[in-house]
Amino acid sequence: MHTPTTEARPSIYYPYQVFQPWLASAHPAQDRKKVVVVGAGPAGMVTALELARHGVASVVLSSELQFSQGSRAICFTRRSMEILQQVGVADRMTEGGLPWRFGNSFYRGQRVFRMEAPHDADDRFFPIINVQQQYMEEYLHDACQAHPLIDFRWGNKLEKIDQKDGYAVLEVDTPEGPYALESDWVVAADGGRSGIRSAMNLQMEGASYEGFFVIADIQVDLPLPTERLAFFDPDWNPGNTILMHREPNGIWRVDYQLPAGETPEEALHPDSLKARIDAQLAMIGHAGVAWKMDWSSVYSARTLTLPDFVHGSVIFTGDAAHLLPIFGVRGANTAFQDAQSLGWHLAFVVKGLAGKQLLANHSAERVGAAREIITEAGKSTRFMAPPSPGFRLLRDAVLSLSLSQEFVRPLYHWRTSRPHEYSHSMLNSRDDDNHLFKSGPAHGAPPQNVRLGANDFLLDHLGGGFDLLYFTDAIALPDALQQVIQTARAQGLPLKVTAVGAAQAVNGADQTLPDADGHLRQRYGVPVDDGAKGGAYLLRPDQHICARWLTLDATRLQAALDNALPNHTCRT
Amino acid sequence: MKIPTTMTDKALTIDGLETVYDALATAIDQAGADKAQLFLVKLALLNANALADENLFQQQIAAALQDL
Repeated sequence: MHTPTTEARPSIYYPYQVFQPWLASAHPAQDRKKVVVVGAGPAGMVTALELARHGVASVVLSSELQFSQGSRAICFTRRSMEILQQVGVADRMTEGGLPWRFGNSFYRGQRVFRMEAPHDADDRFFPIINVQQQYMEEYLHDACQAHPLIDFRWGNKLEKIDQKDGYAVLEVDTPEGPYALESDWVVAADGGRSGIRSAMNLQMEGASYEGFFVIADIQVDLPLPTERLAFFDPDWNPGNTILMHREPNGIWRVDYQLPAGETPEEALHPDSLKARIDAQLAMIGHAGVAWKMDWSSVYSARTLTLPDFVHGSVIFTGDAAHLLPIFGVRGANTAFQDAQSLGWHLAFVVKGLAGKQLLANHSAERVGAAREIITEAGKSTRFMAPPSPGFRLLRDAVLSLSLSQEFVRPLYHWRTSRPHEYSHSMLNSRDDDNHLFKSGPAHGAPPQNVRLGANDFLLDHLGGGFDLLYFTDAIALPDALQQVIQTARAQGLPLKVTAVGAAQAVNGADQTLPDADGHLRQRYGVPVDDGAKGGAYLLRPDQHICARWLTLDATRLQAALDNALPNHTCRT
Repeated sequence: MKIPTTMTDKALTIDGLETVYDALATAIDQAGADKAQLFLVKLALLNANALADENLFQQQIAAALQDL
């Protein structure tokens, strides 16, 4: 019998709602499911929402009856917001969030580095926005509840997975006891301590770093802007690093490294927390200011990933698939990219639009992303928390030099999470004009957003399937192209055509963007004036580019679609 | 010790080397026993930046690691 707590979690700022458990006795007998998502964190819910968007039903299991304890992930990147926009929650994130783009590093009371993240006029979203995870989960949960294809089950804890030939049998425990559930696919989104990963005895590759960090959320009134603050080697915590972030609702995140040898239990003792937070506040000039503890936790830095995310019917995603250092806001931000990718890849396989090879592609692309992050985050981690005497000496030498020497200061840069480019994806077209473009997003790159007008951006108009951007000022798409598009749609492929560059609606396009000033074409590297009309971009359902042409013809469009949907058998 | 010929196309004069020798020894003493390492690493980074050649710096690391 699984008995999750029915007592609302304590919080100064977030009113936790305790949901009712889903009980099998209150529902009719269940058929085999297409997809069961285990875990209702950011990765699980975005996967379910993307699946639903592509028409695939799923069951989402949460072992708890409420959202996660404490603020946890608080910094969300522009790409995360673009992904959250696709699943319909970006407006709510924006409403309650604190956007920012500056970071400051301090050593011996001097600001030795200031990061100014660029904010292009063509971007709808800021480089980073701070929102506490409970709110983000609430917004995603509301979106899940609003979707008829998502069956959300609170208080349902996965106990066992038994993989059969082409499906899995799950034992799910609830407050009234266990029930059995069959599913073709199981998404393991059960977090960093994934029980499914342990039960399947899967080994992760990479490194774990020694040393612990405390995260504490405090309610305090500090007259400081929303900027990242990093303090190196302060008097009160010699050799170690402290980070501070403003959160919404009058909360500040304080994140500090523990002296070597101290245990997490010692560090989380209220006296220890109080002394250290008082010392940190004193150091930034606010000695004695009143504050109240909301939540605290301990973490360590790890750079680990499963070498393959797909194991039979089970697909790992988010923290269940990899453990990434907190430096550079890589947990939830990577999970969103994983989930967005998994959503469409899995949906297309479930719907028979592609073979299982598409899932192998998902795994290859996202393992590649995890490895890239591990390489980058490893550098940040070795600077923030030096793993050996040599690394410590170099770090200390850089701190010391940075007071007077400009050239070492870029080493303070914390390499914020950025979307991985699938430059070598097997889905990228092989005979398009990718290499002939002089600018614009290339093969595998995420899309370039473009401001079209007041509160109107290109990405507002894309998503939900493949997108073809076709650059033309003609009155209609060529017949041969229209024929390829119609045939693909008749076979079930969601493919939206957006004509760019015509003053009037273009026949054969679902929508037309006039692009009167040529700015969109310029950002996409498409000539505005000369005869090179009929250029095009093909975007996958996660908006990454998989083909682009200076002049598109029907044969090459067909080839690009075939290539993007491997093992598709019913194509002519 | 053999220094690879690619390692440097310029060299200190004997006088210059002697000046560096004395200056470095004096500075190590000035830094003090507990800060000498830190001082030397800072100096190495400044030299590496002036050298502006990470491959040459790698060669110097290899040379300095010999015969410790």
